Amino acid sequence: MKFTAPHIEYDLLSPILIIVAVAVLGVLVEAAVPRARRYVVQVGLAVVGVVAALVAAFIVLGRINPTSDKPKLGYLVAEDALALDGPTLYSWIVILVLALLGVLLFAERRLEGGITAFAGQAAALPGTEGERQASAKGLEHTEVFPLLMFAVAGMLAFPAANDLLTLFVALEVLSLPLYLLCGLARRRRLLSQEAALKYFMLGAFSSGFFVYGIALVYGYSGSMSFDKIAFAVSSGSGSEALLLGGMGMLAVGLLFKVGAAPFHAWTPDVYQGAPTPVTAFMAAATKVAAFGALLRLFYVAFGGARWDWQPTFWAIAILTMVVGSVLALSQTDVKRLLAYSSIAHAGFLLVGFLGARSLSEINVGDINPVQAVLFYVTTYGLTTMAAFAIVSVVRDGSGEATQMSRWAGLGKESPLLAGSFAFLLLGMAGIPLTSGFTGKWAVFAAALSAGAWPVVIVAVLMSAVAAYFYVRLIVVMFFTDPVGDGPTVTVPSLLTSSVIAVGTLGTLVLGVVPGPLLDLLGRTAQFIR
Amino acid sequence: MDTTPFIVLSAILFTIGGIGVLTRRNAIVVFMCVELMLNASNLALITFSRANGNLEGQIAAFFVMVVAAAEVVVGLAIIMTIFRTRRSASVDDASLLKY
Repeated sequence: MKFTAPHIEYDLLSPILIIVAVAVLGVLVEAAVPRARRYVVQVGLAVVGVVAALVAAFIVLGRINPTSDKPKLGYLVAEDALALDGPTLYSWIVILVLALLGVLLFAERRLEGGITAFAGQAAALPGTEGERQASAKGLEHTEVFPLLMFAVAGMLAFPAANDLLTLFVALEVLSLPLYLLCGLARRRRLLSQEAALKYFMLGAFSSGFFVYGIALVYGYSGSMSFDKIAFAVSSGSGSEALLLGGMGMLAVGLLFKVGAAPFHAWTPDVYQGAPTPVTAFMAAATKVAAFGALLRLFYVAFGGARWDWQPTFWAIAILTMVVGSVLALSQTDVKRLLAYSSIAHAGFLLVGFLGARSLSEINVGDINPVQAVLFYVTTYGLTTMAAFAIVSVVRDGSGEATQMSRWAGLGKESPLLAGSFAFLLLGMAGIPLTSGFTGKWAVFAAALSAGAWPVVIVAVLMSAVAAYFYVRLIVVMFFTDPVGDGPTVTVPSLLTSSVIAVGTLGTLVLGVVPGPLLDLLGRTAQFIR
Repeated sequence: MDTTPFIVLSAILFTIGGIGVLTRRNAIVVFMCVELMLNASNLALITFSRANGNLEGQIAAFFVMVVAAAEVVVGLAIIMTIFRTRRSASVDDASLLKY
């Protein structure tokens, strides 16, 4: 029997390969480098790796040009397992930027008094002698950096996946490290472990649905690859029931990752319980990766069955926005409030996703839905990252003071920090001159031109509801007198400060001059089929 | 060969697994039910592979097994830490985070 070796385009795949290599090297560092030096080596390795991957992603982006005389939409690489086109590379760049910010947050040591926010020894039980000894010795888990890199590798593969099997493997590679990271908090370890348990159980449950969906779609089309599925869908051969069941189950898996209602139940618990750096990274980067994958799966593979899935997604988008915005009204914990707001944002993103039309229906100059969604996740990612970074510096004696009542009077205590947090909240609410406004405008415009006006009306109403609880938090910070001592702001090192600065500046710049990025996306946001 | 019975069997196994996840309280048993769902999917993949006359489904089944093994490692680690902390593996007991 003759065996044909697969052809792998190492140069085009270099961003993923660099990240995986850094992750594997990180594991070796844990084994080989003395404990005292691990932190420096791991942080250095992670930063250098992510920056190198970012440079590589820009080089690959330079090799595709969809609008020239001889358009090159992208490349299908690794035997068509991954599709490198405009949306993929753009998602890669956003994910890598967020990963870089994530590494900086993970590396922050000043807030806990010279040690990272992760458990000294995760195996030591909370409140025991073992834990006290671990913290007295100043132990810290530097394994978080390789785990983060593995998650990033999965996130890079997720929006690029061009067949169902790669999609599944990427989903798990991004999820498994996140489950572990959620359980590694230094303080409030019971909450952290509970968050990990809940995230893991529900995540495994949803991936069960996802795999069965893969099986059904494979049964329908006889292939895993998106182009063959698209061909089977458009030719209408095979059993309709298999296709509908398969699409539904795949959607369950993806909507779970996105945090859309009714698959949102894990989001507030996990965001609240997980260590704040992990929450920041997870909230921002997972959404980018998951929406990239959702767009490719439903536009490229199931585009021909649009009339079958669109009504369901209308309902899910409306439900997600209502659940996220309304339940956020009664929250008293800042992290939980931001979690519900992230559910609402998932709903707004789904509104943009509903702008799906066939390419011939999109007029020149229209916002196309891929462009709108990718722009929105960028703005959302930067804003959320900075918001959670600010949550991590408002502290009292027992760690982070996430109770909203403890935030009263923050405007007097630290006007700069409270001011930037207020600005970020306004950005999430979608006030003009912030990136949130441009993002919302883009997704609503995309949905309107596809005729989804009922969803857009609900979306506008829910934006108003959401503005209420954002403004309420601003009122608490600036116009309420503190009870007792009031909050204290621990001055973070340059690491966290730079994340806050980058996120806030991104929110401002993308709000004032969104044009260049929207134009870039307009030129590149086309899937290769 | 008629493949329908195998698909029906896989659907039954998947449903048993799904109901188990929703009703059982012990984290280990819930986790076993998830594994049952994954293995039901494997059966469906292999059956469709036979019906479609290509190997992609069988290859996918191997990948699902590998991923399930990785998931066991992570899952048991998390359940173990919870059990050692709380002396209970009941998913109902872990209820500090709510509303």
